[in-house]
Amino acid sequence: MMTFSTSKAATAALLTSALALSACSKSAPEELPPAPITTPGPAAAPTPAPTSSAPGVGSQAHFEGAVGQSAVVYFDTDRYNIDSSDAASLQAQAQYFAQFPQLTFTIEGHTDERGTREYNLALGERRANAAKNYLTSLGVAANRIRTVSYGKERPVALASNSGAWAQNRRAASIIIN
Amino acid sequence: MKFSIAALVLACALATSLAAPAAAQSTDLGDPIGEGGNVETVFEDAAAAEEAGGLTGSTTDTSDWQDLGIAIPAFATDRDQPTPANAGGTAALGREIAQVITGNLRNNGLFKPTGPDSLPSPSFPQVTAPAWSSWNGRGAEMLVHGYVRARDDDRLVVGCYLYDVVLQNELIREGWVVRPADWRRAAHKCSDLIYARLTGEDPFFDSRIAYIAETGPKDNRVKRLAVMDSDGANHRFLTLGSATALTPRYSPDYSKILYLSYVDGNPRIYVYDIGSGQQTLVTENRNPTIAPRWSPDGRSILYSMAVNGNTDIYRVPVTGGNSTRLTDTPGIDIGGSYSPDGRQIVFESDRSGTQQCYVMDADGTNQRRITFFGGRCATPEWSPRGDQIAFTRIAGDFNVAVMTPAGRNLRVLTNGWQDEAPTWAPNGRIIQFFRTTRNAGNSSLWQVDLTGSNERRLPTPVDASDPAWGPIRP
Repeated sequence: MMTFSTSKAATAALLTSALALSACSKSAPEELPPAPITTPGPAAAPTPAPTSSAPGVGSQAHFEGAVGQSAVVYFDTDRYNIDSSDAASLQAQAQYFAQFPQLTFTIEGHTDERGTREYNLALGERRANAAKNYLTSLGVAANRIRTVSYGKERPVALASNSGAWAQNRRAASIIIN
Repeated sequence: MKFSIAALVLACALATSLAAPAAAQSTDLGDPIGEGGNVETVFEDAAAAEEAGGLTGSTTDTSDWQDLGIAIPAFATDRDQPTPANAGGTAALGREIAQVITGNLRNNGLFKPTGPDSLPSPSFPQVTAPAWSSWNGRGAEMLVHGYVRARDDDRLVVGCYLYDVVLQNELIREGWVVRPADWRRAAHKCSDLIYARLTGEDPFFDSRIAYIAETGPKDNRVKRLAVMDSDGANHRFLTLGSATALTPRYSPDYSKILYLSYVDGNPRIYVYDIGSGQQTLVTENRNPTIAPRWSPDGRSILYSMAVNGNTDIYRVPVTGGNSTRLTDTPGIDIGGSYSPDGRQIVFESDRSGTQQCYVMDADGTNQRRITFFGGRCATPEWSPRGDQIAFTRIAGDFNVAVMTPAGRNLRVLTNGWQDEAPTWAPNGRIIQFFRTTRNAGNSSLWQVDLTGSNERRLPTPVDASDPAWGPIRP
């Protein structure tokens, strides 16, 4: 499960771009992460500061604080193409990963429940790879990106309706600690 | 492309200590259950088992025998002796065997069996000479008798006799020698003998089912590999639940199970050896492998592997060695189910844009689409009899349907919201599948006849999915 928390560690520049990009994100998950809070602070501590309550670089919270809802891209039913809003989200991710080149991360590919199990595992793999390929085209080294498909095994929205299924058809980037 | 079987044995530690929580990072295996004992068939007095009229012939219309009354009193014993199979001794075991047979025949909706609790108990001599006068007028056209005898070596001899009450003659008899732990197998063998004799169909009760046991909330589901007899008895969990397990398949000889596990963090197919409790990767490769299947002779394994997001079907010898790629189209080619003769494979592909079913020769040549019904075709499974393919029909809801290997005569057998992943009974008469409920996401195993009737839920200790029915046990 992903956890969302506020962050004060984003740079102003990145924050601006993340906020701007989030405005054009196509999906509207019901459980939105809180908007990043602008607070002065070190932009990029090389390691998490143990005494600080702020999430450090290398944490999922730091990543999500920086890119907002661009940490996840969403797909249409049975599709895996990167559309314009996905591209904007992945551009925000690429900026972040360019800023913190020491980070590696996993792209988790997921599907909604309205598919057969094995096909969904393959479809999730295709979605994760589509996101990975787009990020590498933006300059993120392929060897920093691990992909894994969970198919329909790990939904974030639990209802059986089109709104929930839209939230579950996703590729989520997860920082590897 | 060439791959080799990994010699990666994950479960050695479990041979000496159960559970081993510290090893949970690398293994999710529970205690090995070991392989079952053999069942020796005893043809007692074969001369008496000659064909003697009654219902014979190959029947595909169930109406002839589905209302047939069968009386199944307690099996007699020559001498009530202690047995590890039953705390009450061989007499109590004889009653329990009759109850198992009654449950088998009733649960499949084919007969009207009456069990031992409402019938008189025959004496040991009456097993071969029924007291006909006490069986007339009970509404049962058929009568089952049997006995249990404990041998000096602790093994059990179980005899099974089927009589025609109206004609007052014997239709068939057979006996088996089993370990006490395998006493249920004798009851299943007797059920199979009765079923096959009365219907003309092949038997199926003495078989096992591998499936995935599910617990926990929808967004944090624990999925464990589990096995059980065809009637749900002898249930065992094979994995501990720390890693998600999916899509098991029993080998034709029941010595191994193919299944998918996330035990190393990635979806990968393992070959689990039931006797040793050890498992190996189906192929040593960094790519995810999914959708494992056996060839009918148990010598080859089909698996699907995603490379850079593109999934294709591969075949590898069960003994290891090089994998052969069977499909190479862009898109998801996945699954695969051999025809009983091993010459063809039905599989699923979205190369046309949506999931459809295709047939190819076993070497990957001659690939052609067989479904054009307007919906989507997924998880095709070739019938053990060869004349039908069961599949998940996606047209709005998910249903189990069957069609010929040419894709004709499509018949929808179920009407749940999400019925998925059909698997055939060994005789090709019954299809098992799993049903998921809308919103709650609860899953359960169900069976339905090839005719679309006698739909029933198979009881499991917890939620259940991904059933795989093995063949008749040797």
